[in-house]
Amino acid sequence: MISVDIEIKLKTYHDRPSLKINRQFNTGSITKILGPSGSGKTTLLKIIAGLGSPESGKIVADGVTWFDAGQKINLSPQKRNVGFVFQSYALFPNMTVQQHLEYATTDADWIKQLLKLGQLDKLVNHKPDHLSGGQQQRLAILRALAIKPKLLLMDEPFSALDSKIKTTLIAELKLLLTQLGITTIIVSHNLKELEMFGGEVIDFEGLI
Amino acid sequence: MDLSPIWLTLKLAGITTLLLLLIGLPFAWWLSKGRSLIKIIIEAIITMPLVLPPSVLGFYLLLAFSPQHGLGKWLHDTFDVQLVFSFPGLILASVIYSMPFMVGPVKSALQQLPASLAEASYTLGKTEWQTFRYVLLPNIKPSLLTAAVLTFAHTLGEFGVVLMIGGNIPGVTRVASIAVYDSVEKMDYALANNYSLVLFSITFILVIAVFIFNKYQAKGPIV
Repeated sequence: MISVDIEIKLKTYHDRPSLKINRQFNTGSITKILGPSGSGKTTLLKIIAGLGSPESGKIVADGVTWFDAGQKINLSPQKRNVGFVFQSYALFPNMTVQQHLEYATTDADWIKQLLKLGQLDKLVNHKPDHLSGGQQQRLAILRALAIKPKLLLMDEPFSALDSKIKTTLIAELKLLLTQLGITTIIVSHNLKELEMFGGEVIDFEGLI
Repeated sequence: MDLSPIWLTLKLAGITTLLLLLIGLPFAWWLSKGRSLIKIIIEAIITMPLVLPPSVLGFYLLLAFSPQHGLGKWLHDTFDVQLVFSFPGLILASVIYSMPFMVGPVKSALQQLPASLAEASYTLGKTEWQTFRYVLLPNIKPSLLTAAVLTFAHTLGEFGVVLMIGGNIPGVTRVASIAVYDSVEKMDYALANNYSLVLFSITFILVIAVFIFNKYQAKGPIV
């Protein structure tokens, strides 16, 4: 279980309101976060991943303290084993599809399985600028999964996918997340897009 | 025509560029991450050779390298190394003089990369060094080449600093730019022209090569 009890100052608002979040995410659960731009959705994901720090509070994952403002504990992102799918994909322009996954893991069978899941097995030698938007987005998801994360954070992960691929990918991804027991938090502004995932919904609009 | 000044110049430029690749890259990376007063001061010091008259820099380096004072005295007393009027002294002076040409472009290129590239690498468990080596550095290749060529070309054209530190010792510190000056002083314009043409040709070819390389590095937008 991952327990998040933090306070974030939102820089996008002039009067700098803060966002207080006190939430438990059960192991293997899927949580969807909705809310308008600037409401702190991405900031929350980055803080959980260790890519940013909250103003105060505590984050504990399976009994390990990742962040504690009081005790000045802030575990580096490298030690949190969190998969992160960036809204901008953040793919490495110098690496091919295969190299992206090999950079993340040395498990060849797992790479094969992932390539099949993302339907990228015929594009292993392509670099990101030779992939379509949807293919890039799938690669970003596969790369995050490659480390077999304890927690998967996805920021608008399906926005560039066409409906047919989205349906297949979400169904298979959901199965995989359940099999691996990966706790998942998905940020989106489109609730309909995430309907197939099931799970709990947190609406950020009411939290600011 | 005595070719030794040309070879000496190429040797000096080559060694300076290699040393600056080793020193300048980690330094540019460090400077590219965040801002602090100490980084601003250090960056200003590195940039000084761009705006200072070479003779001023050469004068202070001459004082610093002198076996009678500070660093020069310590090196002389401890390791029996003399920097003034020697090739190692020229290398050290060239490294200091050409540093902004290596550090500046590399630092700017690193700052222009989206922060999410490094962040993605960190979430994959990679250290800062692995991220720099396998993600950041390969994605600034054109800037890296430009920086290396600019450093090389700038070292080829050094005059004031090398004259102050190295003087004009044939085969030791007499680089091509000094040979041009020396030939003009002796009214041997034909020889001065020969050295100048060689320097002009080398730098022109280098600059053209960089332009062509950068043009054909048809990179897609970084995503």
